[in-house]
Formats: sequence, structure tokens, C-alpha cells
Amino acid sequence: MLKINNLHAGIDGTEILKGINLEVKAGEVHAIMGPNGSGKSTLSAIIAGREEYEVSQGRMDFEGEDIMDLAPEERAHKGIFLSFQYPIEIPGVTVTNFLKTAINETRKAQGMDPMPANEMLKKMRDKMSLLEMDKGFLSRSLNDGFSGGEKKRNEIFQMAMLEPKLAILDETDSGLDIDALRVVANGVNKLRNKDNAVILITHYQRLLDYIVPDVVHVLHKGKIVKSGDKNLALKLEEKGYDWLKEEASTL
Amino acid sequence: MDQLKDKLESSFIIFENELNGQAKTPIHKVRQKAFKTFEEKGFPTKRDEEWKYTNLKPILKHDYRIFQRSENVIDFKDVKKFFLSDMDTYKLVFVDGIFSSWLSETTHDRFDICTFNSMMSKAPEVVEEYFNKALPSEESLAAINTAFAREGAFIRVKKGQTVDKPVEIIFFTTRQDKEVMIQPRNLIIVEENAEVQIVERHQSLSEFPVLTNSATEIFAQKSSRLFYYKVQNDNLDASLIDTTSVVQQERSNVSIGTFSFGNKFVRNNLDIFLKGEHTETHLDGITIIGDGQLVDHHTLVDHKIPNCSSNELYKGIYDGSAHGVFNGKVMVHPHAQKTNAFQENNNILLTDKASIDTKPQLEIYADDVQCSHGCTIGQLDEEALFYLQSRGIPEKEGTALLLYAFANDGLRNVKIQELRKKLNKQIAQKLGVNLDFEL
Repeated sequence: MLKINNLHAGIDGTEILKGINLEVKAGEVHAIMGPNGSGKSTLSAIIAGREEYEVSQGRMDFEGEDIMDLAPEERAHKGIFLSFQYPIEIPGVTVTNFLKTAINETRKAQGMDPMPANEMLKKMRDKMSLLEMDKGFLSRSLNDGFSGGEKKRNEIFQMAMLEPKLAILDETDSGLDIDALRVVANGVNKLRNKDNAVILITHYQRLLDYIVPDVVHVLHKGKIVKSGDKNLALKLEEKGYDWLKEEASTL
Repeated sequence: MDQLKDKLESSFIIFENELNGQAKTPIHKVRQKAFKTFEEKGFPTKRDEEWKYTNLKPILKHDYRIFQRSENVIDFKDVKKFFLSDMDTYKLVFVDGIFSSWLSETTHDRFDICTFNSMMSKAPEVVEEYFNKALPSEESLAAINTAFAREGAFIRVKKGQTVDKPVEIIFFTTRQDKEVMIQPRNLIIVEENAEVQIVERHQSLSEFPVLTNSATEIFAQKSSRLFYYKVQNDNLDASLIDTTSVVQQERSNVSIGTFSFGNKFVRNNLDIFLKGEHTETHLDGITIIGDGQLVDHHTLVDHKIPNCSSNELYKGIYDGSAHGVFNGKVMVHPHAQKTNAFQENNNILLTDKASIDTKPQLEIYADDVQCSHGCTIGQLDEEALFYLQSRGIPEKEGTALLLYAFANDGLRNVKIQELRKKLNKQIAQKLGVNLDFEL
């Protein structure tokens, strides 16, 4: 589904990603772990199409098509979703109106008619109950005055509504207490199927207890220095990153 | 500039001659005095502190026609879109400065909703009591309006009455062959414990330059409530100078919203004079303009009395080569203890060519007060835009959504749902998008 080859990218002349190779297939869950500043968030922003990063080398294909020159919204229309580490507050625009606009713009791009209002409402209700959200949520301004946990839950709610093929969850676990984490993870699991894929960006093993990854990658200084199965994450939890850093520096 | 001044001077002589018997009335004495002020002062220039950022010259150079005749009849269906069409309202409609009873809906039942001119003949003593008592007498543009004051809206809501539906005041200009200058004069009196909602707009239907020099005096008596909305969305050949002065008595609540999207040139002088304790004043504004447009807001809240509160919020979005001016004066006099005065002016510049001159001016001479002001000038938040784009919302729509979100609390005091809808639509239109939802 997603294939990244030798990706080099940076910002303001500083190279952050130094040759990333990554392949994510339909039905898979990948976890990308790594210490602070290793380039995790940069990678997720570049996949979603953030324009302020300069890509100097490499290739990025989504479902066999080069997406490097596509605008963020065009990538979204193809089914790429990024759950933000710090969701943006937009006072004055309600969650409902925001979602309605997002869904109908996506449908428009796909040559479909707008979703009928009653269908939209029903879908919102279903997905909200999946994430154990209060329906008062819908009429609140987007992320405005939301707690950290509410913001993250709202991200996953948007994901549930937009039904992406590839969801990148950037530190969705940070700021969540254990109950909220369970609810969010449960929501993500229920949305998984053989046709979609998830990339989890995280510091900690904690989230991976609930959403079990097929592949775990460790990102360090802009490179994937190790990949393995879920046991790699457990080892990281136990031993920290230092042994990997040493290993990487001896490479 | 001098040419227009000369023309106004000769026009005033003609105007006086036409008045016949009325030339000796107290009202006309006020006019004469005002005209003298104008003759002495002339038009303001950029040398005047209050006109430092706004050049009046280009709009004064036209050879405006000063006296209008009602030559054109307007069909309601052609102008319906300028009204709050989906609801019942009282209407005071003027075409080329002259009252159109055909398009209007007036009343004298529990309140007077009629015209300045008719009131001058019917009840001159009422007009005399209030005429030119609120406007700043030294201001020359207001003075010309006063000198030529003859027609406009007259609204008097009697004690304890609430006007059952909004009042719309619309001034159309229709001349297709000549530049025109019109000078509407409105007088609004909201008596004790009375309430009214008013929507005012000026609309040119002509492609020729129009200069509207409008003046409005508002008297909000004890415990009255007034909601006044100015919709400034005229075509790009039209210029508007609006001077509005409000006198507020004890416990009155006045809310004024100014929504500026159109016109080539707009200058708003909005002065609030607090004359009784425990008053509440809300001034809100949204300005969204583009290439070649200028909107200048000058406001004054004069806290002379203790225990009053005022709250001011002006939002501006400037595209292309648009130029905005905000000068918000708040005076808190020595005796005005326990004053609450808040002012906020936030602006977004969308291009390098757009500009805003913003000048909050708080002068506080009392010590037990709560006052604050803030002004910001910024650009669009790129990260927020990326957030919207990553959800599938295209750049253009996302930009509009963010700008809407930025501006929309300027609508917080708009109590008329129909007007809100209309303003929402105008904002979306101005931002160049067709958003699917009720903004």
C-alpha cells in the first residue's frame, strides 16, 4: 500500500530523514518507535504532505502511484489520514460542520454526491458510541477548550468517519489516561480490516499492548536502524534505546 | 476638494432659498451654524490627526450632484435581495435620498417609524429637542450633513415598548448618468425601557461613483435596549462616510455591529457618550476587503460616569492591496470609577500588499477601573491549514474556513437570525467559497 524508498528530507537546510525505507501492506499494523528528535513526526508529516519539508531524494508510492507531488488534501482523498500529535484548535467551527465539510469534499473529489444529512448523522452517532463519546461533542468548536484526551479521541473519531486506507497515528497515546487509551485503542482495532493499514508512531510500548503491531521499526537519527516483530517493542521497553544507539553507531 | 467645497457652498444658498418659511426655524439655525463650521474648517486632510491614515482626496474629486430628484422607480423584486427577505420587517427606504413610501412600511402606532422630514413638519419640537445634540459639532463632515439635513430615518420607540420586528433602513442610489452625493440624516430615540433592532444599509444601483455622507444620532434613554447593525457591502464605485453618535443614559444597553465587505472607501466615526451609570455597550465589527478597498473604523467610548462597561471587538481580513484602519479611543475620565472597558482589534493580512494601521488609544484618568486592549496583526496559520487539508478539505476552502473561524465572533451580538444567515453568506461569498454548512 505504502512504499517509501530512500527518503531524504529536511527543513531549512537541515536534513532530518536520511534514507528511510518502509513498506506497509494492506491489513498490517506498523509501529515506528524511537527517541525524541529521531524524525518520527517528520516522517508522518511528510507522508501526509506537509509542504514545509523539503524532500531531497527518494520516492514515495501509495497504492502504486507516486504521491510526492500531491497536495495534502489530494492524499487525504486517496485515503491517507494523519492523527495529529497536537490537534489544532479552531474556534467557531463545530465538529459537525468540520466533518461534514471534510467528508463531502472528499466525496466530491471522488466524484460522489454529498452524503445525505440523515446518513451522516447516523454515521456520526455510530462512531461516537464506538469511541464512547458524548453527543454534546458534535456541537462544540473543533478542539477548542478540549482536554488532551478529548482531542485525541476526536482525532480517532475523525478517522472513523473518514475511513482511510492508511491511518498514521502520531503519538495518539500521549496525554491519554489508561481508560481513554483503552477506548481509543479499542476503536482503532474495530476499524481495522484486511484492506486498511495503520502506522503507529509512539514512544512507548503501552499502546502496543492494545494495538498489536505486525512490524516494529526503530527510528534513530533519521534512519530505521532496526525492524522486528512485537517483541522488539518489549525489548525496547525493558532496555531503553541506548543499546540500539550503540549498535547503530557501530554500524 | 476645493471644487466640491465651492459646490456645497453654492448648493447651501439654493437649499436655503428652497426652504421658504422654514428658513427661520430653530432647526435651520442649527444647520446654518453647522455650515459655518464646514466653511471654516473645510474637508479634513491627512494633516489632521484623525485622518492621518486615510486620504479623503480621491473621493472628493468627483463632480457630485448634490440635489437629487426622484426620477427612478425601483421595483421591489429587483432589490429584494438587499432586504431581510425571509422575515417581516418595518422598512424605511430612500431612493436617491428621497423617501419611497412605495417600498417602505412605516408605523405611528405604538412607536414612530417614519422619516426625518415628515417629523420636522409634524412634530418639529421633538426634532428640535434632539437634533445635533449628539454629534461632535467640530467635525466638518458631520457638519455638512447637519447643514443639509432634511431626510432620513426617524425612529422613536415610546416608553416601555418593544418594536415587534426589526426595522430596516436602506438608502438606494440609482442615477445612471452622474456621480451623486447623498447625505442621509437619521434620528433614533429609544425611550425608557424600550427596545428596538435596526439594520442599516446603503446600496448603489449605479455604476457611477456615489458618495454617501451619512449621520445618525441615537439617544438610548434609561434602561433602553438598542441593537443596531450596519451592513456595508456596497459596490466598488461607492464611498461611505458614516458618522454615528450615541448618547446612553442609565442602565441602557447598546450594541452596534459594523460589517464591512464592500465599497471602495468607508470611514466610520462611531462615538459613544455615556451619560448615566450602569450602562452596557458592545461594539463589534468584521471587515473583509480586497484589492483597492479601504475601510477605516474610528471609535470612541467616552466613559464620563462610574460603573459603566464597554466591550469592543473588531476583526479584519485584508486581501490584495486592501487597506484597513482601526483607531479605537477609550476615554475614562477621573470620576468614572469602576469602569470596565475592553477593546480588541485582530487582523489578518493575506498578502504583502495589504496593510492595516491599528491604533488602540486608551486614556485612563481613574484608578479603580478594569481596562484592557489588545491588537494583533498576523497571517494565516499554516499549521492549521495543513490540519484541514489533511482531512481532505482543499486549500481554498480550508483557508476560508480558518478565516471564517477567525472573524466569526464578530457576529456574537447579532440577535436577528435572518441577518446572521445573510452575513454568513456574505462572508462566505467574500472569501470566495461555497461552504456547505450554516457558518
